[in-house]
Amino acid sequence: MSTNGDGGFSADEMMAVEAARRVADGTVCFVGIGLPSLAANLARRTHAPDCVLVYESGTIGAKPTKLPLSIGDGELADTADTVVSVPEMFAYWLQGNRIDVGFLGAAQIDRHGNLNSTVIGDYDHPKVRLPGGGGAPEIATGVRDVFVMLRQTPRSFVERLDFTTSVGDRVRVVVTDLGILEPHDGELTLVGVHPGVDVEDVRAATGWDLRIADDVRITDPPSDVELSALRTLQPKGRA
Amino acid sequence: MIVPLRDAIRDLVRDGDTVALEGFTHLIPHAAGHEVARQGKRELTLVRMTPDVVYDQLIGMGCARKLLFSWGGNPGVGSLHRLRDAVEHGWPCALEIEEHSHAGMAAAYAAGAANLPFGVLRGYRGDLSAHTRVETVTCPFTGEELAAVPALRPDVAVVHAQQADLRGNVQLWGILGVQKEAVLAASRTIVTVEEVVNELQPRSGAIVLPSWVIDAVSLAPGGAHPSYAHGYYDRDNDFYVAWDEISRDRDRFRAWMQRHVLDTADITEYHASLAARVATA
Repeated sequence: MSTNGDGGFSADEMMAVEAARRVADGTVCFVGIGLPSLAANLARRTHAPDCVLVYESGTIGAKPTKLPLSIGDGELADTADTVVSVPEMFAYWLQGNRIDVGFLGAAQIDRHGNLNSTVIGDYDHPKVRLPGGGGAPEIATGVRDVFVMLRQTPRSFVERLDFTTSVGDRVRVVVTDLGILEPHDGELTLVGVHPGVDVEDVRAATGWDLRIADDVRITDPPSDVELSALRTLQPKGRA
Repeated sequence: MIVPLRDAIRDLVRDGDTVALEGFTHLIPHAAGHEVARQGKRELTLVRMTPDVVYDQLIGMGCARKLLFSWGGNPGVGSLHRLRDAVEHGWPCALEIEEHSHAGMAAAYAAGAANLPFGVLRGYRGDLSAHTRVETVTCPFTGEELAAVPALRPDVAVVHAQQADLRGNVQLWGILGVQKEAVLAASRTIVTVEEVVNELQPRSGAIVLPSWVIDAVSLAPGGAHPSYAHGYYDRDNDFYVAWDEISRDRDRFRAWMQRHVLDTADITEYHASLAARVATA
């Protein structure tokens, strides 16, 4: 699917909308910056007004009017129900099993939903040193459901990770710019494609022999309500 | 108690020290970091959960021999190019890294503040455990296996806050990060503040650090820039975006540091130099 293609929406917008649709009202979401933040905020502004946004900077119940650039922007604290310290956030709230859904991104994913956001190449002599795991290792094991958002290319969907930053046990869905993958018997399986995307496109963008569900559905394009809410949050339509 | 920042850094930060300039996107002690660079401190072990622009600057200036961290990026923008250059190419000098997760590092600070030898958590599944200082301990009550991280006990903690009173008590509010733990875990503490007031007025959700856990308080208005001070000024998001370009190139980075840090005497001159740059742009 091309950016701003036939339907008048971008690949990022399709990703945000599809991830947002999976956030049920009342869900407590641990949110990172970028697309996950866009998706969770979109859910809160459409069908899930009572979902709770938790940012790792310690803001619980943040209600930003525009998308923050960093997880520590002042508006998150201003609009939060409470602000807690970082040790409290990770110990009491995340490890304390208070979070339903955690969003993660990464540079690489494998067929089991394991993620790499640490290095490309050897750890001690990296070709590319990435920012690192941050909260990801314990988010991946401390929330009930992990939602992954990641653009799909053969370089990001790999047979073997260069480094396992977080484990995929709790990954329930991977939303990409091409479609939707869900684990079936522990292996990510293509269950949906976005409008205008062929199953073969997705297969070609995957670095392993991708398992395809029997009944691959076609994602509903973003509705006018979804697009309008999305563009209020992020007028430029980028993440 | 309230001393010029130049004196605080000179007297309390020594070459070879383990130094934690903390701040989780908010209240990042940039002015203090710049003073460390001006004084040419060397061989530092820099500790911070989220080393961002100020550590990129210190690493690029060759002040550090080791970095202990849990997420090293430019928040919302991308990579830290000076950190990457040091790790990938050893420029300007080799940089040893000790990497943790946020949860692990938070537990290590909390253990340091509590005067315990290690922090404990459920975590470190994945490959990092093979590359960092983490061990397994068994709960003596349940038999559960847990991750243990060595306590963080920095020689010096440096944090930025909104206010101090005349006796050197400090109050900070908004996003609190791990500053309280860093201060209480450290042997020596420097706090820079936006303003000194006669008396602290209690704020909702604030932390108060009493003067007797602090070695030096220094006035540095605007001292968190390009980070922010809740209630005083906003995060300079444009600067973080601009830093991506400035820091990509070694020469451009050095020229920027020369003009805005090494050739300025203090936070006031730093801000004046940035304003002059905008005026001539």
